[in-house]
Parts: sequence; C-alpha cells; structure tokens
Amino acid sequence: MDLVERALAGERLAIARLLTQVENNTSFGQEALQRLYPRTGNAHIVGLTGAPGTGKSSLANQLAKAIRSRQDAPKVAIVAVDPSSPFTGGALLGDRVRMRDLAGDSGVFVRSMASRGALGGVARATSAIVQVLDALGFGMILVETVGTGQSEVEVARLAHTVIVVDAPGLGDDVQAIKAGILEIADILVVNKADLPGVENTLRALNLMLEMFPQTREQNGWKPPLLRASAVNGEGIVEIIDAIFRHGEYLKTHSLWTTRERSRVLTEILERVQEILLEHWKHQVGETRLNQVVERVLQRELSPAEAVKYLLD
Amino acid sequence: MNDRKIRVLIAKPGLDGHDRGAKIIAQALRDAGMEVIYTGLRQTPEMIAEAALQEDVDVVGLSILSGAHMALVPRIIELIRKNGQEEVKVFVGGIIPEEDIPPLKEAGVYAVYGPGTSTEVVVRDIQEAVLGEKV
Ligand code: B12
Ligand SMILES: Nc1nc2c(ncn2[C@@H]2O[C@H](COP(=O)(O)OP(=O)(O)OP(=O)(O)O)[C@@H](O)[C@H]2O)c(=O)[nH]1
Ligand SMILES: [Mg+2]
Repeated sequence: MDLVERALAGERLAIARLLTQVENNTSFGQEALQRLYPRTGNAHIVGLTGAPGTGKSSLANQLAKAIRSRQDAPKVAIVAVDPSSPFTGGALLGDRVRMRDLAGDSGVFVRSMASRGALGGVARATSAIVQVLDALGFGMILVETVGTGQSEVEVARLAHTVIVVDAPGLGDDVQAIKAGILEIADILVVNKADLPGVENTLRALNLMLEMFPQTREQNGWKPPLLRASAVNGEGIVEIIDAIFRHGEYLKTHSLWTTRERSRVLTEILERVQEILLEHWKHQVGETRLNQVVERVLQRELSPAEAVKYLLD
Repeated sequence: MNDRKIRVLIAKPGLDGHDRGAKIIAQALRDAGMEVIYTGLRQTPEMIAEAALQEDVDVVGLSILSGAHMALVPRIIELIRKNGQEEVKVFVGGIIPEEDIPPLKEAGVYAVYGPGTSTEVVVRDIQEAVLGEKV
C-alpha cells in the first residue's frame, strides 16, 4: 500500500506524512491530492478567526472535545496556522499549548501550519491540507487562522462557517474587531466571558452588527452573537449548536454549493494567474524586465507605461 | 516547487515549570528558519509522542530540569519509535548529570545539552542531524 492508501485506511503516521507532502507541494503531494479530490466534499469546514490572544486555540480545544463527546460524533481535525517570519522563514507554532485535552483521542487530528509568507491568515497550502483531511473522513475541520484581527478574509473562502472570536480587555473594543472581519462572520463569539468587561464587548459588537448588517451573502442568516468561556466551558454547547444550525441553513438554502463554487472559481483563477505570470516572466526574460525597472527608476517611464510597454 | 522546512517539536515533559531554556531554544530554531511546534509545560510522554506524530516532525527536543529525565526520555523514545517514526532525532537539554548521558544515548538520544549551551551550537547540530551533512 502506498501512503495515500494507508492514510485512507486510517494509519496516523501515513496521514501525517501525506499532509507534509501536500504542504510542501511535492510532486507526490500534488498527485495524492488529485487522487483524493473525488472523495472530498463531506466535511463541514469551520474557520476560527479573530485578534491575537482572543482564545481561538482554547475554543478549538473545547469545541473539538465537546463535539467528540457526542453520540455519532464525526472525526475532528484542527488545522492551526501561525505566522512565518518574513525574514528567516522560520515559525513558532504555539497553538497546541491550548489543545491538551484532545490528546489520546484517535478521532482527533491536530496539525500546526506556518503561514509561509501568505498574508490572508492562512497558508497557501491550507486549502489543500483541508481537502486531504476531508477526503480522509474528518467530518468536521476547524481552521484557526493567524490572529491579526483584520485581514483573514481568506478563511471565508475556505470555510463553510466562519466564527469570529473577540474578547474583553483588548483595549478599544470597537478597534478589536474591524468592520471587514465582521462581514465574514457567520457566528460571533465573545470569549473570556469569565472576565470583567464582557458586557461592554457584547454591547459594542451589537452596535457594530446593527451598523453593518450582514453582507457576506444577502441571504437572511443573522450571525448570532454568543458569549463563551474557554476556561470554564460556558457557551460551548451553544456555539456547537450554532455551527450545526448554520450548516443546515447553508444546505437548505443551497448556499453550501454557492460557497463551494466561488471557492473553486477563485482557486482556478489564482492558479491560472500564477502559471501565466511565470510563463510571461520567462518569455520577457529577467534582463529585459530589469531594464524596464531601471527606466522606471530613472523616471523615463511610469510604472503604468512600463506595463504597457512590456505587454506590447 | 518543493517548500521543505525542518520541523521541530519542543516539549517539556514531566512536572517542572522551568521553561526559559525551552523557549530560548524554540526561538533560536525559529530564527534559524525552522518551523517549531511548541507544546508547553507538563506534557506526558504519550502527549509528546502523539504531537510528534501528528506534526510529522524531523526532531523532538525535550527540555528537562527536574531530574526526571531517566524516567521520561526512554519512554518517550520508545513511544515515538512504536509509532513508526524511526528517523526522528531526539535532542535533550536542561539539568542532566554527566553520568546520565551515556545511558540516555544508549536509549536513543541524539545529543544532550546543559546550562550555558550556545543556541548556535544547537542550531548547527540540528541542521546537521536532519540534513545529514556538515553545514
Ligand atoms: C530560573 C530557575 C527557576 C525559576 C524558573 C523560571 C522559569 N519559568 O523557567 C523558578 C524560580 C520558578 C524556579 C523554581 C524551582 N526550581 Co529552579 N532554577 C532556576 C535556575 C536558577 C536557572 C534555570 C534557567 O532558567 N536557566 C536559563 C536557561 C536558559 O537555561 P537552561 O534551562 O539550562 O537551558 C539551556 C540548556 O540547558 C539547553 N537546553 C535546555 N532545554 C533544552 C532543550 C533542547 C531541545 C536543547 C537542544 C537544549 C536545551 O539550552 C539552553 C540554553 O543554553 C536553575 C539553576 C541553573 N543554574 O540551571 C534552577 C534549578 C533548575 N531549579 C531547581 C529547583 C529544585 C527548583 C524548585 C523545585 C525549587 C523549589 N524547591 O521550589 C522550583 C520548581 C518550580 C517548578 N514548578 O518546577 C534545581 C533543579 C535540581 C535538579 N534538577 O536536580 C536547579 C538546578 C537549582 C539547583 N541547583 O538546585 N527555578
Ligand atoms: N480568562 C480566560 N482566559 C482565556 C479564555 N480563553 C483563552 N484564555 C487565555 O487567553 C490566552 C490566549 O489564548 P489562546 O487560546 O492561545 O488564544 P488564540 O486566539 O489562539 O491566540 P493566538 O493563536 O496567539 O492568536 C491564554 O492565556 C488562554 O489561557 C477564557 O475563556 N477566559
Ligand atoms: Mg492560537
């Protein structure tokens, strides 16, 4: 049996190694992804995003634990993304620190990922990693983004359900969540409800919700605003209910496929763009490209003129 | 395009809360371009082996200052090997008496480091161990 077959049979070492191949975009990884793709489409993909330290990892831990304790629980995978250093390419991936309760459950698989230069809150390979886990039968996949609190819109494309996490004590409550990130929220959670100041955060968010009504899809889903505590377990059941309710909603309103369609379209366009750009660069050649850059630097050409010139 | 990176798990097994060394090493490895998974304090051997497996790491680094290394380290290596991760290198640092180093190496530890170790040495040794060449 090869790695893909062993992973399909549930062998955990094979799953781990397959994920590495796919993350590293090796030719084996690419081929494996092609083989597995027909098996995808069954997982409920849930994004967890929000400012640093709001408790995304702690919530992922609690959510996975609670889901796994249910009857007929799906297998749960967590993909936790942390930033790579733009200077060294290294990364410190610390989300597992908060996920200790999941150890020992063979129905759970936690994988940390470095963003490797991508800016949208997830790595370029995150989508592929999620597809592999989906194909391997993980029915619920939680994707924790890099916490910057502003630019994780990528996860909205990847996930069926996006949970935006906020918490009291992050200074200016309205600053903590930007309108742009509110727009991608299907569920809003104010975590750390055990701390003082929750009421203020809830009030601020409620106001934001009224000011910026849902725009992700004009579909009538009103993102619930929930309070929770990942330290004492408050509100976890309610979040899980909301996740399942949202999944049902997407399906009954045929939005599940709408989201998938737009994701697939973007993925195709991005790949085409990448390939065409490489092709074009090769055609133009580095020397000519550098010459034109030089002319722009000398103010002989504007960048726009340079593009026109190069494309002619 | 292949984007391989050295992946290292840094873990603190047992009950001691001395985490400065582990954090310094984790940061040094990150600054050397590695992807470092940090598990935090009070990990059981089972938790460490499971994390090493799921994360498909090249290296497991254990930081122990409690004196419990002779009980913990061989057990962790045993579990890692049982999971089929034959080639994972295990590095140990912390307060390890000289006389314990030979039996630890016997148990499969790749290298042991004590107080005052320069992080550059650790970085170089890990690169050598994983890439299999002098760098
Ligand atoms: C600072 C310190 C503390 C701090 C810890 C703060 C923290 N968050 O880390 C505090 C005050 C909390 C503390 C408490 C205790 N401590 Co204390 N502590 C120390 C001390 C003075 C320095 C440790 C340190 O941080 N060094 C700096 C770091 C950078 O060095 P390092 O950890 O050795 O790491 C280096 C190398 O070892 C190596 N390395 C380490 N890990 C790894 C991992 C890998 C993969 C690699 C490659 C390399 C590597 O590289 C690092 C860089 O050079 C040592 C004495 C000493 N000189 O070591 C005692 C010492 C470790 N503590 C000791 C004791 C007994 C305790 C207490 C039990 C005391 C008590 N009775 O309450 C408590 C236990 C607390 C607990 N929960 O575990 C003893 C341990 C005895 C033993 N092992 O036999 C020591 C050795 C002191 C002594 N001589 O008795 N301690
Ligand atoms: N009081 C309280 N603390 C919490 C709660 N949830 C998480 N924390 C603490 O908040 C800190 C950050 O938690 P994480 O789960 O690591 O947060 P995160 O959003 O994943 O952080 P990053 O991944 O670094 O962005 C930790 O110290 C947690 O223990 C909570 O409900 N209440
Ligand atoms: Mg986190």
